[in-house]
Amino acid sequence: MNHQYDVVIVGSGLAGLRAAIELGEDTRTAIISKVFATRSHSGAAQGGIGAALGNEEEDHWKWHMFDTVKGSDYLGDQDAIEILTRDAPRTIFELEHMGVPFNRTDDGKIAQRAFGGHTSNFGKAAIKRTCYAADRTGRVILDTLWEKCLQRGIDFFNEYQIMNLTVRDGQCCGVTAYELATGELHHFHSKSVLLATGGAGKIYRTSSNAFASTGDGMAIAFRAGAALEDMEFVQFHPTGIYKLGILISEAVRGEGGILRNNEGERFMERYAPTIKDLAPRDMVSRCILREIQAGKGIDGKDYVFLDLTHLGKDLIASKLGEISGFARTYAGVDVNKEPIPVQPTCHYMMGGIATDKDGRVKIDDQDQSIAGLYAAGECACVSVHGANRLGCNSLLDVLVFGRRAGRSIRRYIHTIGLPSLAGDDPTAETAEQIAKLMNSTGKERSNTIRNEMQTIMMDNVSVFRHKDALRKVMDQLSLLKERCRNISIQDKGRCFNRDLLDAMEITYMLDLAEAITLGALNRVESRGAHFREDYPDRDDQNWLVHSLFRYAGQEPPQFLTKPVTITDFEPKERKY
Amino acid sequence: MKSTFIIYRYDPEVDTQGRYQEYSLETAPTDKILDCLNRIRWEQDPTLAYRFSCAHGICGSDAMVINGRIELACQKLIRDFRTANNFVIEPLPLFNVVKDLVVDMNPFFEKHRHIRPYLINDTEAPERERLQEADNQQFIEPALRCILCASCTAACPISRANPDYFGPAALLRSFRYLFDSRDAATGSRLAQIDSSDGVWGCKTMWWCTDVCPKGIPVTKCLGQIKRLVKEKGKDMT
Repeated sequence: MNHQYDVVIVGSGLAGLRAAIELGEDTRTAIISKVFATRSHSGAAQGGIGAALGNEEEDHWKWHMFDTVKGSDYLGDQDAIEILTRDAPRTIFELEHMGVPFNRTDDGKIAQRAFGGHTSNFGKAAIKRTCYAADRTGRVILDTLWEKCLQRGIDFFNEYQIMNLTVRDGQCCGVTAYELATGELHHFHSKSVLLATGGAGKIYRTSSNAFASTGDGMAIAFRAGAALEDMEFVQFHPTGIYKLGILISEAVRGEGGILRNNEGERFMERYAPTIKDLAPRDMVSRCILREIQAGKGIDGKDYVFLDLTHLGKDLIASKLGEISGFARTYAGVDVNKEPIPVQPTCHYMMGGIATDKDGRVKIDDQDQSIAGLYAAGECACVSVHGANRLGCNSLLDVLVFGRRAGRSIRRYIHTIGLPSLAGDDPTAETAEQIAKLMNSTGKERSNTIRNEMQTIMMDNVSVFRHKDALRKVMDQLSLLKERCRNISIQDKGRCFNRDLLDAMEITYMLDLAEAITLGALNRVESRGAHFREDYPDRDDQNWLVHSLFRYAGQEPPQFLTKPVTITDFEPKERKY
Repeated sequence: MKSTFIIYRYDPEVDTQGRYQEYSLETAPTDKILDCLNRIRWEQDPTLAYRFSCAHGICGSDAMVINGRIELACQKLIRDFRTANNFVIEPLPLFNVVKDLVVDMNPFFEKHRHIRPYLINDTEAPERERLQEADNQQFIEPALRCILCASCTAACPISRANPDYFGPAALLRSFRYLFDSRDAATGSRLAQIDSSDGVWGCKTMWWCTDVCPKGIPVTKCLGQIKRLVKEKGKDMT
């Protein structure tokens, strides 16, 4: 079936929805999503969204900018970070005006709480900068923006899987999607496409991410010629529930929660004397694993305790209700009485599709772009997070840059007509791809390959990395890619064929796993979330640059670098 | 521990009516029911269909009937059941089955849309935030926990008897906007639900509250709406 729109947005999380709202009522907009819109993973964001409102104590966007630059280990582009932090207060007020039910202060303003890496006066002390709605901030913002889109009458195509981008003469003019309920292929012909497909945390065994977070948009854009940027920077959130990886928000430490080792010691005091448990995530994750390596894990195992027993029932009930439920259901822990067993869990991709500050997708280090193709949110890399994202900056990123992408698309679509697709069935390539998979008689199963990939990546390309292991992983990944050719689909039906989607997703994830590993191997320094045991120091002389990967029709992908934009803050040693 | 799963199956391309299929699986007490379904699909029967995404009770995809009770498959562990190691898994009632455990949720979302689930306030917004009392935000807080999983509406006996009844989930969203001090459409919202298909359809049977996986006191919130309808009705006469 063929559809025509001005703009097609792929992904119904916050970046996609915010862009859709910005496109306005005169733009014919379709949002396609692999899950029903409100199931998008933005809804899982817990702790809050950062902005220097100054509602609780004095604050300035420049302090927020400094913290974000320092948090990024100086790899974030400072012009983009300035946009992010300057636009933050407006973004929060705009959300509030749309109806987002933030928690309030006693005088009726939006309440704010402390979060990791956010400080007053350029690093002096922790600051309350994070706006929140209990520990379900993502949920309420997602609901509000989705409902705003319903009010606008925007067309949603829920449970449609993106398969391919339609690119003609360097111009993106649509997407092919697979309707899960019927197995039918749909072509969405449009002047512009926005990818807002989120992260790829399912590449790792222990992950806070949803099953849907398989990096589809990143991989599809990469295959279509887009550059991927800074893929080696993968955030491991320090506090996932032991064994399960389910996120326990940084808000717990923002509200006063404490990490303890097997001796009951508040070990973060040793590593970050000024802000202790509120150090940035890359540091806290490393510190937890160092404690475990030193034999200070609980019961000799690979976890530590997150203690909130001293916070009091009222605070926990009113501000941390959701995570109390997670601890009770999945770990059997009453957080009022016992600490939560935690360990680092794969949480966020700092890297992604290279874009400029208005969401235009880049193909190389020379600012060349694919006309009509945009990206925003976790799947994109602007870059505002650099080598490590601060907590509560991701909701801000998706809203600020989702809006900017929407605005620039709106301008763009008025400059062109609907590109011609004459005499050409744009779904043919996808149909062939699916037929080939459905008819394959190979012996491989996608879940076996996925399990192996997740284990390999978790064991070798997570918090600590080393040349020898990374080299081996490159070989293992290319073997897994070979085996992917022999995947066969057991489900021959057309209705809700998950087997087919699993087979698509593993090929996306393997492409990205390879980019992550190659980036980690090339970058012979340690910066932010990327820590090389064989190169433990940051090397600004050689590596204060972004990594770019480009697929030019042959393996392995081409590797390029691009300078970092520095405006206000010269790189310094990063201490907290 | 060996567990048996008897799962409702229906494939529109093959079956004329639903049937049950039995699977057995080695399980641990801490396995989620969703983990078990995933393993059945990955290891035994790739044709099994069900919805899932976040796997920790936030996205609202995987409400289904487990041993006769509506639950989220990702929020129930093997150890939570006293029925030892036998599980019967069926799709949500009330809705049409698309395939196996996947149901057609469109009627549910239509009702959601019908109650105008967005803030209505035409006065010009201030430069900063609109002020709101902390107590007011806390009053609507229970309704903010809703993940639109449809458990309450599927469990509601009135929804089963009267297809035009808005149902507890949509009315809960009404509650969220009705009692938000920033919303200016109280009058027209109340007029819309002051009927037997609206809030008076609720006969206070508590099934919605009983099954809500987020612990929302749904019945109580609907009671607040009824009280408000009565109060405003008095104001008008």
